[in-house]
Amino acid sequence: MRLLVLAAGLLTALVSQAEVAYVSNEKSDTLTLIDVDKLEVIDTLEVGMRPRGIIFSQDYKYLYICASESDAVQVMDLATHKVIHNLPSGEDPEQFALHPNNRHLYIANEDSAVVTVVDTVDRTVIAQIDVGIEPEGMAVSPDGKWVINTSETTNMLHWIDASTHELVDNTLVDQRPRHVEFSKSGEKVWASAEIGGTVDVIDTASRELIKKITFKIPGVHRDKIQPVGIKLTDDGKYAFVALGPANHVAVIDASTYEVLDYLLVGRRVWQLAFAKEQSLLFTTNGVSGDVSVIDVEDLKVIKTIKAGRYPWGVVVKP
Amino acid sequence: MYWTCFVGVLKRELLRFWQQRSRLISALVRPLLWLVVFAAGFRAALGVAIIPPYETYITYEVYIIPGLAGVIMLFNGMQSSLSMVYDREMGSMKVLLTSPMPRPFLLVSKLLAGACISMLQVYAFFAIAWLLEVEAEPMGYLLVIPALLLTALLLGALGLLLSSFIKQLENFAGVMNFVVFPMFFLSSALYPLWKMRESSEWLYWICQFNPFTHAVELIRFALYGQFNGQAALVTGVCTLIFTSLAIWGYDPKRGMVKRKVGG
Repeated sequence: MRLLVLAAGLLTALVSQAEVAYVSNEKSDTLTLIDVDKLEVIDTLEVGMRPRGIIFSQDYKYLYICASESDAVQVMDLATHKVIHNLPSGEDPEQFALHPNNRHLYIANEDSAVVTVVDTVDRTVIAQIDVGIEPEGMAVSPDGKWVINTSETTNMLHWIDASTHELVDNTLVDQRPRHVEFSKSGEKVWASAEIGGTVDVIDTASRELIKKITFKIPGVHRDKIQPVGIKLTDDGKYAFVALGPANHVAVIDASTYEVLDYLLVGRRVWQLAFAKEQSLLFTTNGVSGDVSVIDVEDLKVIKTIKAGRYPWGVVVKP
Repeated sequence: MYWTCFVGVLKRELLRFWQQRSRLISALVRPLLWLVVFAAGFRAALGVAIIPPYETYITYEVYIIPGLAGVIMLFNGMQSSLSMVYDREMGSMKVLLTSPMPRPFLLVSKLLAGACISMLQVYAFFAIAWLLEVEAEPMGYLLVIPALLLTALLLGALGLLLSSFIKQLENFAGVMNFVVFPMFFLSSALYPLWKMRESSEWLYWICQFNPFTHAVELIRFALYGQFNGQAALVTGVCTLIFTSLAIWGYDPKRGMVKRKVGG
């Protein structure tokens, strides 16, 4: 009987296990863990130097961390929260993307103008692809056919064929493209240009520009509007764009491309992540060292939580 | 009997308020100018950090809402002090004070009536601010009622106390200069006190000793469904002191109005 109660208790604990947001803090070399239900910090983990891009394996067993100044991609076991090994990553890894095959990791190496493809099982580099200067944003299409890298100085999106690992095409975008995101269907690509202050929506099939989105916030100088992180809701309703030192997140109607609202968050808002079946959106605010939480339905910022120094990336484990 | 008397006083205040509709407009124009013009200008200049009761970053407009609600009540408190002086000059105060009811009851009735008018104005202001998309939490608008009432009583009592000192209507300008503006500017109504402390420690402490600061904080917390015990205590105690002093001031045997009412 006691065993039964214990088992039932364990089961409830497992079922009701809260989602956890993992935030990389690039200046304190740590990850901040936030309980998504309580919106409170529950743990801080030491990791490699200057952690920036972070991403889960598809089974949520591992967390890959771009430890930029350790020149490594670290692999953390999520059950123990211990870094179990490093992957060869090339120099200064900043952002990366995992192929839907859960095996190939595409890493942008900012200093050496290449994209490194790493096999996460064999822990070997299987290809290095030359791209533009200062590669940064990375994304893999949902069908796994395309890999896109953005290069900050060349101002291009580089289209890489995932089966041959060859660069096939380039799309010129505005100055300093930082981040790229596929729509859920994979038909569209959203790319932000930090200095250009714009977001380009591009058709995946034709690689043609569909729409250039610009931003204007009353009382904020246009030079401060620097779009970086992008997240799209699965229902195709909204796109959220982090506007860097403008300290606002833009809410865009993803079908008409009209900017609906600007939400005030902390200073230098950088990356975004959804939680709770996309009902919440977490933002990392670098300069103010905190994470803001947006209610997606009400389009309101409900809380801001102190994190480490210069929070950069955020991912949420369901 | 007491109730009839209170209703009489309240009706008179409401009637006076209704007859001076421009007073409502002027009472609203002042804070709205602050909200629309001043706050817009300072929006970028003044970064507001996260301080309780706020849970995230807010715009300057959102920050000054409780302070502007307070200032509406501050002006209204002073306005009723002006009307007391006016009543005294016109002789209608005699009618009120010769009522068989105890004088403290009459004065408290007058305070409560004034507080009702103040709160009406504040809610009109909240409504306009809401239309301008400057809003608090929905439940906050209900929970703020006790805080508004206490603040209105505090400022009304202060006005009443002052009116017992003012001999002539003309002195009212002095009240504006030496009471209203210092109370408004040396408080947390327009800027958070930590910001004040950054520039001057002694200004910060003056603000801390200003009961208006605590009244504004009481309103601010209540608007977000929170209770600020310290602010409530200071506001409550100050209200009691000011009311007692005002009652003392209007006591014909001892107070400041001895000669005037008698003569």
